[in-house]
Amino acid sequence: MDLKEKLVSSFMAFENNVDLDHPIHDIRSEAIKNFETKGFPSRKEEAWKYTSLNSLQKIDFSIFPKEENALEYNHVKKYFLHEIDTYKIVFVDGIYSSFLSETTHDGVDICLMSSALTKPMYKPVIDVYFNKVASKEESLTTLNTAFSREGAYIYIPKNKAPKKPVEILHFATGNEASLMLQPRNLIIVEENAELQVIERHQSLTKNEVLTNSVTEIFAAKDAIVDYYKVQNDTNDASLIDNTYIAQKDKSVVKVHTFSFGGKLTRNNLNFYQDGEYIDSTLKGVTILGEKQHVDHHTLVHHQQPNCESHQDYKGIYGERSTGVFNGKIIVDKIAQKTNAFQQNNNVLISDKATINTKPQLEIFADDVRCSHGCTIGQLDEDAMFYLQSRGIPRKEATGLLMYAFANNVLESVRLPELKKRINKLIATKLGVRLGFDL
Amino acid sequence: MRSAPVGVEKVSLYNQYTIQNMAYTEEELKKELETKEYEYGFYTDIESDTFPKGLSEEVVIALSKKKEEPEWMTLWRLEAYKGWKEMTEPEWANIHYQKPDFQDISYYSAPNKKPKYESLDEVDPELLDTFKKLGISLDEQKKLAGVAVDIVMDSVSVATTFKKTLAEKGIIFCSISEAIKEHPELVKKYIGSVIPKKDNFYAALNSAVFSDGSFCYIPKGVRCPMELSTYFRINQAGTGQFERTLVIADKGSYVSYLEGCTAPSRDENQLHAAVVELIALDDAEIKYSTVQNWFPGNKEGKGGVYNFVTKRGLCERNAKISWTQVETGSAITWKYPSCILKGDNSIGEFYSIAVTNNFQQADTGTKMIHLGKNTRSTIISKGISAGKSQNSYRGLVQVNSRADNARNFSQCDSLLMGNDCGAHTFPYIEAKNKSAQIEHEATTSKIGEDQIFYCNQRGIDTEKAIALIVNGFSKEVLNKLPMEFAVEAQKLLEISLEGSVG
Repeated sequence: MDLKEKLVSSFMAFENNVDLDHPIHDIRSEAIKNFETKGFPSRKEEAWKYTSLNSLQKIDFSIFPKEENALEYNHVKKYFLHEIDTYKIVFVDGIYSSFLSETTHDGVDICLMSSALTKPMYKPVIDVYFNKVASKEESLTTLNTAFSREGAYIYIPKNKAPKKPVEILHFATGNEASLMLQPRNLIIVEENAELQVIERHQSLTKNEVLTNSVTEIFAAKDAIVDYYKVQNDTNDASLIDNTYIAQKDKSVVKVHTFSFGGKLTRNNLNFYQDGEYIDSTLKGVTILGEKQHVDHHTLVHHQQPNCESHQDYKGIYGERSTGVFNGKIIVDKIAQKTNAFQQNNNVLISDKATINTKPQLEIFADDVRCSHGCTIGQLDEDAMFYLQSRGIPRKEATGLLMYAFANNVLESVRLPELKKRINKLIATKLGVRLGFDL
Repeated sequence: MRSAPVGVEKVSLYNQYTIQNMAYTEEELKKELETKEYEYGFYTDIESDTFPKGLSEEVVIALSKKKEEPEWMTLWRLEAYKGWKEMTEPEWANIHYQKPDFQDISYYSAPNKKPKYESLDEVDPELLDTFKKLGISLDEQKKLAGVAVDIVMDSVSVATTFKKTLAEKGIIFCSISEAIKEHPELVKKYIGSVIPKKDNFYAALNSAVFSDGSFCYIPKGVRCPMELSTYFRINQAGTGQFERTLVIADKGSYVSYLEGCTAPSRDENQLHAAVVELIALDDAEIKYSTVQNWFPGNKEGKGGVYNFVTKRGLCERNAKISWTQVETGSAITWKYPSCILKGDNSIGEFYSIAVTNNFQQADTGTKMIHLGKNTRSTIISKGISAGKSQNSYRGLVQVNSRADNARNFSQCDSLLMGNDCGAHTFPYIEAKNKSAQIEHEATTSKIGEDQIFYCNQRGIDTEKAIALIVNGFSKEVLNKLPMEFAVEAQKLLEISLEGSVG
């Protein structure tokens, strides 16, 4: 039985465990119908031209984890941002771990999707926001919608900001031979409120994991949201991340994606600007080796005038890795005075590595400034010579230059502890001894 | 000599034209783009020998027979037809149109009075009149710049000039039907070698039913002394035109080839599916320039030519192929002149201006396939959209794993005039070699206020500044056209994009 059939047939079993009277039952049924018709995307589809899911579909993933697994804090401590205090929403094999988590209802709601979906007090919010910006057409998103039950739920009311950043962590313990996870997050940041989130998926063993995650983020007027995705998983873990962001007037949303590992990572990052004077930032650093594959698929849809978007993706590809960047900017007819920038720079350090990039513009308004730049190149020989002439060995000089190349994406990271952590990760990944403290 | 005064007159006219346009404002330009009707829309009534509508194996065989082709050619066509029957029309392009009914097209039409003329006096006066209206009278052409003109009037080559001069150098420049008969060894060797007969839907269709076209062979080490040029015209109502061009530049040779088109207006949509193959052997260079001004449809978007062209060139070692195109016409343009950089150190270039207005749709760009070491390619694409038109750039730069030190630079800029048009960019970049160096940049904008301010500051008034900026926008491409052709391009563009001569 292939994965699609298995998923469709387990939907019944899944439905039996949840409340059928709840309005989202209809949303789920609708979604599974869409997935059943469309199935997994194939490479024949333009959006999946460079990424194949065929090998993943051959794996016999278990869809529901059998039992609750406990993890020792010390065992997974290194995956937390332990230098500072944070709220934590931790899932082990897709099941919430209250032991490792720290949630709150003090002025803001930082808790669980499962409770938001079932408790009546959240119903008004769920009715307004759940599955409102996520695609109802894209097959993998609808697959997640059909099985949506657990994930993070964050609600920040007007003029509030939580005291500390929020960490969302997903651990896979490897108790199952192969496991498929489908977390669903809903984040609502009301007017003039602020939020910082760090999301991480981590597999702890060599067993296969496939995560198909959907996150919906709503940023109301003047809201500020910083979202950091840290992707440094094992070579047996695959991630399909679908993030949908709806922004209102004058909101500022930044999403940083750090991709340093994983068997196959696909990031579908979609911004919808529904208001004026919106600022959207999409940044990413990708450093790959071995046979890793990362596909960044971004969309910024400018639907209103006077907005801005900034995209900056840097990639370094070694060994047999493959990188894909497909950035799309759409500027609607009424979205005059739009400024949209897109930059994608890549360095190939191995002859077996491949980069496919497709920066795409679709523009229907005339008074706009849109540009995209894309380069594939090598490190500057002059800079290399400069370093070598000062006694730095070539290998180290290469590392330093690549470090500098990737590093400037970090400038907009507003959490110093995270910045430091990522910096160290980049340095380790590139084999550079920094010799200075950050 | 008559040639000098004619030339002078032309140049001075040209000056006047550009000076006039210096006083343009963006508004005027926009208005002109919108309202300018097709100036060369007239219809020449020449009795023609036309096939009944429809396409089948019999039609392909009959066509081949009519053209007195050898058996291998007939078989080649039939094979292409079989391939075509199994293909479906591509739908990936960013264009929307009513699909042509391939059974509602007549696949052959030739001017009736067919003998080959030695002098212009023998040519049908009506035909000469057509050229006069277009401002490209043979007489003038001959004298103006020594351009040999092979005019394709509804698919069959009617007049070939300067053939003798070319023959002295060993250059073969004739219609492809003639080449099939007289130089079968060359045609057999190269036809379909760059664009296989089943390459894509329209190329396969063309391979099956191509009516005529040009053939050009430059022998080893010969530098073609003049620009070779063909003017295509679509003439008979309801006849699709399937041109086939094959240019072969042997080792160390050079040729500059010009192609220009105008078509009379009519209501029915017309299909044009040409195939152009270029082969540049070691150290050879081919420069291929096109001005395309098929009927774009009227202001309501009715009528207009469907232009589905497959153009591709193959570069051997140290060879160079350069495509330059000015696309102003056609209701639908679907065109990607490409270079396969097979040999080491070979160079591919693509320079393009695409102007769309009213309801025109253009999906055009290039493919640069880097296979050899040290190969280089440059892509400069300028799109200007006005009215309700859609203008897309679609390109592919592919560096294969053995193409060490491959280098590419691409730039695609779009200028939008008015708020009902769209500009789109779909660049695909695929690199499999670590020493590859690829740069791509694209911008979309209207004329920048800061640019105007800069000019104003220096005492240039706004009208002049706009003219200057629009001119500057397309200059990089216009400058690549041969001088004689640049004049024609100016005329056909209907708007001046070049501010100062040069």
